Amino acid sequence: MNRSLKKTLFAAASAIAAITVTGGAVAFCGFYVAKADTKLFNKASKVAIMRDEDRTVITMANDFQGDLAEFAMVIPVPVVLEEEQIHVTENAILDHLDAYTSPRLVEYFDEDPCVMYERREMMAMAAPAMDEVTVTGSKKDSLGVTIEAQYTVGEYDILILSAEQSDGLSTWLKQNGYKLPDGAEETLGSYIKQGTKFFVAKVNLEEQAQTNLKYLRPLQIAFESPKFMLPIRLGTLNADGKQELFVFTLTRKGRVETTNYRTVKLPSNMDVPVYIKSQFGDFYKSMFEQQVVKENERAVFLEYAWDMNWCDPCAADPLSQNELRELGVYWTGGDQPGILPRRPTPPAQDVFVTRLHVSYDAAHFPEDLMFKETGDRSNFQGRYVLRHPYKGDAKCDAAENYRAELPKRFEKEAQALANLTGWDIDDIREKMNDAGQSFEEPKKDSWWKRLWGTDDKEG
Amino acid sequence: MKGFFDDPRLYQILTLSGLLAFGWAARAFNINPVHFGAVILTACVAQALGSFMIATKPDLKSPLITALSLTLLLRADSAWPLMAAAAIAIGSKFMLRLNGKHIFNPANIGIVAMVVMTDAAWTTPGQWGTAIWFAALLAGAGLFVTYRAARFDVPLIFLGSYAILLFGRAIWLGDPLAIPMLRLENGALILFAFFMISDPKTTPDGAAARAAFAGGAALLAYFLTFHFYLADGLFYALAIISMIRPLFEWFNPAQHYQWGDPVTRPKILRRFMPPVKTPAHAAPAE
Repeated sequence: MNRSLKKTLFAAASAIAAITVTGGAVAFCGFYVAKADTKLFNKASKVAIMRDEDRTVITMANDFQGDLAEFAMVIPVPVVLEEEQIHVTENAILDHLDAYTSPRLVEYFDEDPCVMYERREMMAMAAPAMDEVTVTGSKKDSLGVTIEAQYTVGEYDILILSAEQSDGLSTWLKQNGYKLPDGAEETLGSYIKQGTKFFVAKVNLEEQAQTNLKYLRPLQIAFESPKFMLPIRLGTLNADGKQELFVFTLTRKGRVETTNYRTVKLPSNMDVPVYIKSQFGDFYKSMFEQQVVKENERAVFLEYAWDMNWCDPCAADPLSQNELRELGVYWTGGDQPGILPRRPTPPAQDVFVTRLHVSYDAAHFPEDLMFKETGDRSNFQGRYVLRHPYKGDAKCDAAENYRAELPKRFEKEAQALANLTGWDIDDIREKMNDAGQSFEEPKKDSWWKRLWGTDDKEG
Repeated sequence: MKGFFDDPRLYQILTLSGLLAFGWAARAFNINPVHFGAVILTACVAQALGSFMIATKPDLKSPLITALSLTLLLRADSAWPLMAAAAIAIGSKFMLRLNGKHIFNPANIGIVAMVVMTDAAWTTPGQWGTAIWFAALLAGAGLFVTYRAARFDVPLIFLGSYAILLFGRAIWLGDPLAIPMLRLENGALILFAFFMISDPKTTPDGAAARAAFAGGAALLAYFLTFHFYLADGLFYALAIISMIRPLFEWFNPAQHYQWGDPVTRPKILRRFMPPVKTPAHAAPAE
């Protein structure tokens, strides 16, 4: 009796040890195989927010495609901004942040089942596209509206407005050639009563010509405010249909979530059929849309939460200290060239990145996004796994079992994919078949053959 | 003899456990069973220790409710912040006393202490889906109906005042009413109203004082949330108003509540809720 108890205790103890070992870093970075189309989502905006206590730096990517003279945007800001608080940065930094945090595809190749398992990994990534919410126009003067400040920063002409009445502000904007969507007056009125100022940006064509760039660079604003939020209400007014928004937050303590809407983790770590490799962009888009519907169109999705020091697997290298400083992370050193390590190394930058993705409209997201920084430093990533079956000519009992298990595994993958994306399961099965993932049960040897073996096996 | 359900705490334990199970099954809460166990154990040990110090019989119903509330409302990556919250919660019942009552609602002070003092624990006010919100509302309403004898005028007054403030704000700002509705459809708010602020042991005993306490908490929570932009304004509001509770009690003194007692109600609510049966026990213990 005593002996068996001891045995059990020992077994339990080793199970815990095993959990601890595998729960640690089984880290290996794969290498990059493919890049999905970056224009996955139409009408999408990208915003990076650095937040530490009350300090805030917001970087707004600008994907405006039309006539630059027509471009204008109105953004509610909590304070009157000085010229030094406005900055223009490079697109590449936000693109890098986007790539680093993108959902990723990981590839494993089953090894010869008769030999020890070994793994290799590859990955691909999907990067979304963006588009800025715009109101077009030009400018004039007056109507109870105060121009608090007026600057030219980079290729932008900027006005900081404050107003006492929403009708005054909307009239002023209209008189100055800004096209305001229906319902703008009420929303502007709400912001005015909350003491909000308005940041109006237009393109200075001369300055823009001097940049020699065909696109507009991201605008940045730095300020201190107890409000940790992102105004989305004006954007819902002139939108036809839903808008996509990617918010990347850079914080010190941990993950960021919304307090007035649910923040839901995007389903992750699923095995998906191998043909997805060439359709990863479609897969990600369909899956996202399906999840939005599943959460009654009212959820914000968490796509990435990670310490900026490393990644595993890496969709792109972590951002350099210079890039982070450019995005407002004032506490990192900067000026240290070179690529940062991909594995956990001595904590160098103390930056936690959160990627949130939301598909919103006024009906489901009536209020601005309110954020909260949590102390949660646990890692999360959108990661999808391709497992290539072993194609070699293995002949042993293990290989037979392995082959017998494959159709079940493929079926599971097909169902998981159908469930995630809402795609037709028969379609999926057909494509899997075409890609060499057959659902047919392999022919089994008769029992007497297995009993006495065949010619090429020992008797 | 008391009936099995004379003590509202049994009902609370059942409904809170049900909510937790539902939230866990619906994957709305990311709850680690080891953390949950550690919180229960800490709360019960702290209760036993406290009872031993003041030489009374330990009753594990209250620490169980505290542990359940903490598990529902507080999150952490590791067990220790949750265990610390449980220890502070139960410890405060024995150490921070005034007028023969403990000052703070235990789970509330546990949450506030950990959120203020460390970054290791946090609340997740936005993570309750509509289904769980509805379940919480049902549970709260059930509690209210079953134990109208006890002081469940508090959640009504609190939620009513809070809703008036939210709708008033929306009307003043010209906002769509979907915004206050969104704010009210929050599971943490419902849980707070029915299972935390309504705790008869930490609300004033006099009916008028209790109404002022609940209304005051709503006003404070509103200001902390919408003027100071504190995401945890709700919890801070209760902790602050608990500190000035003796003032309310001084204006409107009444006999201390014992578990199972019926209580007095503000006149306005008496019309809707008829007087209840006599106390289940003859005299309060204190």
